[in-house]
Amino acid sequence: MGPRIGVVTFPGSLDDQDALRAIRLCGGEPVSLWHGSDTLDGVGAVVLPGGFSYGDYLRCGAISRFAPVMAEVIKAAEAGMPILGICNGFQILCEAHLLPGALIRNDVRVFVCKDQDLRVESVDTTWTSDFTRGQIINVVLKNGEGGYVADEETLRRLEDEGRVIFRYVNGNPNGSFHDIAGICNDRGNVVGLMPHPEHNVDSLTGPTQDGRAIFSSVFDFLTAKV
Amino acid sequence: MARVVVDVMPKPEILDPQGKAVTGALARLGFAGMSVRQGKRFEIELEGELTEERLDEVRRAAETLLANTVIETFDVRVEASPESSDEDDQPEQSEQDDEDEAAEEGELATQAG
Repeated sequence: MGPRIGVVTFPGSLDDQDALRAIRLCGGEPVSLWHGSDTLDGVGAVVLPGGFSYGDYLRCGAISRFAPVMAEVIKAAEAGMPILGICNGFQILCEAHLLPGALIRNDVRVFVCKDQDLRVESVDTTWTSDFTRGQIINVVLKNGEGGYVADEETLRRLEDEGRVIFRYVNGNPNGSFHDIAGICNDRGNVVGLMPHPEHNVDSLTGPTQDGRAIFSSVFDFLTAKV
Repeated sequence: MARVVVDVMPKPEILDPQGKAVTGALARLGFAGMSVRQGKRFEIELEGELTEERLDEVRRAAETLLANTVIETFDVRVEASPESSDEDDQPEQSEQDDEDEAAEEGELATQAG
């Protein structure tokens, strides 16, 4: 079995099973983590999956951010553990201030569900090292509140420090500033993105398998560390 | 028991798609010249005596959970509770919150959506 990767299930998570399956298909050992738990069960990395945790009440991710398991996730993130937030997971990471900025309702005012082209802008993170810089990938995007916003200084810092890691190409689907689809923290261990790499790992259910490199990247990192 | 109201609004420079949708719907219904921004109102029934410390606690709660100060501002004000509405010392007071001004420093500048 490959590295142990945890996936947190919150009440209202939708893509936790897909994330667990993607980890297994890509050669890792998936570990289910419960939002009410106070332990990460010895995993080497954590995925916060997509969905509508706590019904998106108040703001997307605002309540999940204070779930008991998040205290452990925040501690682990600060100690350098690879953390990936997909869609709702990205919103939770922003609410938890592990990533800067916020996600607001799509400017097009409708839920967007499509196969989205992205450009990989940075491979200097624990979750993107297996891509090549400038690579165009296609990954499914499905959200109602995926517009990335941040103040100008934050945007400048993200750009200058190479922390914009995925950018929408061939059209901005939701009004995100600078066409931002994914960012990382300053250490590169915490990554958040709106598109769903866990849905693009299998030719049966996705038009590409471009999501696999996300998981192989973190496996490489964890294996090299051991 | 006092009622404290927290109003949360998207910052002016943040796009408000919900407000835009409502604005469009009003125009279609013939309500001309109405531009809407949509926020949230929280009514908090505060147990015990209303003190400046308790109000500070409400402000902290607003900043911690009720509002995301990256994209929203909040305003805390006291509403007269029904049973004490005729007392002289319970005027309806509204105050622009100092804390959220402070929290905004260094936040969103002039980013249009």
